[in-house]
Amino acid sequence: MSALSRFLPLSALLVLLLFPLLGSEYYVGLLSRIIILAIFAMSLDLLIGYTGLVSFGHAAFFGIGGYALAIAFQDASVIHLWQALPLSLAAAALAALLVGWISIRTSGIYFIMITLAFAQMFFYYFFESPSYGGDDGIFLFLKPVLMIGSEDILKLEQENNFYYFALSCLVAGYLLLTMILRAPFGKVITAIKANEHRVCALGYSVNRYKLVSFVIAGTLAGLAGFLEGAHSGYINPSYMSWHESGIAIAIVVLGGMGTLYGPVVGAFIVVLLQDFLPSLTEHWQLLFGSIIISVALFLPRGATSLLPRILALLRREKSEDASSEEDPLEKTDG
Amino acid sequence: MADTILRTDRLSKSFGGLIATNGVSLDFERGQVHAIIGPNGAGKTTLINLLSGDLLPNDGSILFNGKEITNLPPNKISQLGIGRSYQKTNIFAEFSCYENCWVAAQSRLNSSMRFFRPASHLKAVRERAERALELCGLSRRHNSRAAEMSYGEQRQLEIGMMLATEPELLLLDEPLAGMGSEESIQVIELLKRLAEEHTLILIEHDMDAVFSIAEQLTVMVNGRVLATGTVEQIRNNQAVQEVYLGEDEEEL
Ligand SMILES: Nc1ncnc2c1ncn2[C@@H]1O[C@H](COP(=O)(O)OP(=O)(O)OP(=O)(O)O)[C@@H](O)[C@H]1O
Ligand SMILES: [Mg+2]
Repeated sequence: MSALSRFLPLSALLVLLLFPLLGSEYYVGLLSRIIILAIFAMSLDLLIGYTGLVSFGHAAFFGIGGYALAIAFQDASVIHLWQALPLSLAAAALAALLVGWISIRTSGIYFIMITLAFAQMFFYYFFESPSYGGDDGIFLFLKPVLMIGSEDILKLEQENNFYYFALSCLVAGYLLLTMILRAPFGKVITAIKANEHRVCALGYSVNRYKLVSFVIAGTLAGLAGFLEGAHSGYINPSYMSWHESGIAIAIVVLGGMGTLYGPVVGAFIVVLLQDFLPSLTEHWQLLFGSIIISVALFLPRGATSLLPRILALLRREKSEDASSEEDPLEKTDG
Repeated sequence: MADTILRTDRLSKSFGGLIATNGVSLDFERGQVHAIIGPNGAGKTTLINLLSGDLLPNDGSILFNGKEITNLPPNKISQLGIGRSYQKTNIFAEFSCYENCWVAAQSRLNSSMRFFRPASHLKAVRERAERALELCGLSRRHNSRAAEMSYGEQRQLEIGMMLATEPELLLLDEPLAGMGSEESIQVIELLKRLAEEHTLILIEHDMDAVFSIAEQLTVMVNGRVLATGTVEQIRNNQAVQEVYLGEDEEEL
């Protein structure tokens, strides 16, 4: 990796860290939503972009993460983070284990169908359960707290604090996935995506790897669902609809699958477009659709695939005038 | 006393109406090189696929070291010590040469479920992968992307990946197919070296190579075993000469 491309994610992180100092509360809230969606999409990328499993039911685990929080704490007088977060993660992981255990036996279009079917089952279960609010969902009036002594050190009811909390979750998730992908496990799942048959012939029980990947992705989606529930204070069945699963796939593909930053960029693009396009025209969905189509056609590796090209261009320009002045960033390159 | 490493008993496989393997009963001796020859479509690859678990037989059984492996999946069979290379190159095209062997080597060490240590740190796996690269003659291509290598080199890598799993019994499906003469000579040398410590089942169309390496020979035609025996026995077999070694017959 060149110094410049290492510098880029860090500067992006810096901008995100400084944003609340400048942006209004509305935009900080919007950014929190984007970050939550980015975590969700990043978790799906582990399946689509690295393991080769196109799950069309990933929203189920997002929803379960949110519902676990809402169901367990809807009448509570206080929501302790150390109870609520592990509960959401465990619920999502368990659901992913069950769904994955059955789904990974199929592949290709059947895998897409079966994950969709499972997600729809969860959807209808919550849609038709009066005790969980049916299609109205569940409201949560409290934010999770992390008490040290008698002091809540998070104070998530303040939009800025929630934003930083979500951002830390994104960074933690990103680092965790990066580490997993560099470890032997990561190498094996990438190999499975490239040539599943050969991985099996080399002696790996491929299904075990797929299942573990599925559970990790589901758990991370549960984290996103937990954040969404805590942020909006509201969780309803539409969080796990096939529409949400579809959006997540669109984000991964738009941003660039098989790169962890791709889905993050994709989440920004999709949410900002959804926020901005309606102000242009009431037929904004058409515009949105055509943007997705153009990216799929002209940038099959996603919007972030532009980045290396731009970097290469910059580098060429730089090396052209490198004779006159030396760039400190380029030194580590050679 | 003969020591059988692998035995098939009336092994059969059909695709729809086509019987690709028809009641094949063969014994493979430990430590020997056993070549399987036969015209295109004779069912050689199908037989290997049955032995490696890539296909399930319709009938019959396979014993490896006296243990029934007939219905085991490919990964279990691989773990028992049967490695195979493919006739159609079957590698990870986007991985480097080394990474291909690395993934193969890694399958033998129960550490692949490790999440928190970079893959590059596992010394034992690295050594195995490097040994395999060395053996198949690709050390100098260590970091080349597999897709960018020549066809012959990809064939060598195909063998290297199999070697990285350090099998006891090697199933080689036309290892020389598509190689230049230079590479062929190298690989034949490699096979000879491997034959000193392993059992090889070798499918090959190159008769010179077969006769220079093999001790046992089986001729297949239309899914059946036409003849099996030592190289000498097969050379002198009337039926084989008629069906397969037609040129030899003319010379007689
Ligand atoms: N998966 C399959 N489905 C249907 N028919 C198959 C399949 N695999 C092989 N066959 C058929 O079975 C027969 C034997 O094929 P096989 O590949 O085993 O021959 P082979 O001896 O390896 O030939 P070659 O020397 O060309 O590699 C052929 O007629 C082939 O068309
Ligand atoms: Mg063949």
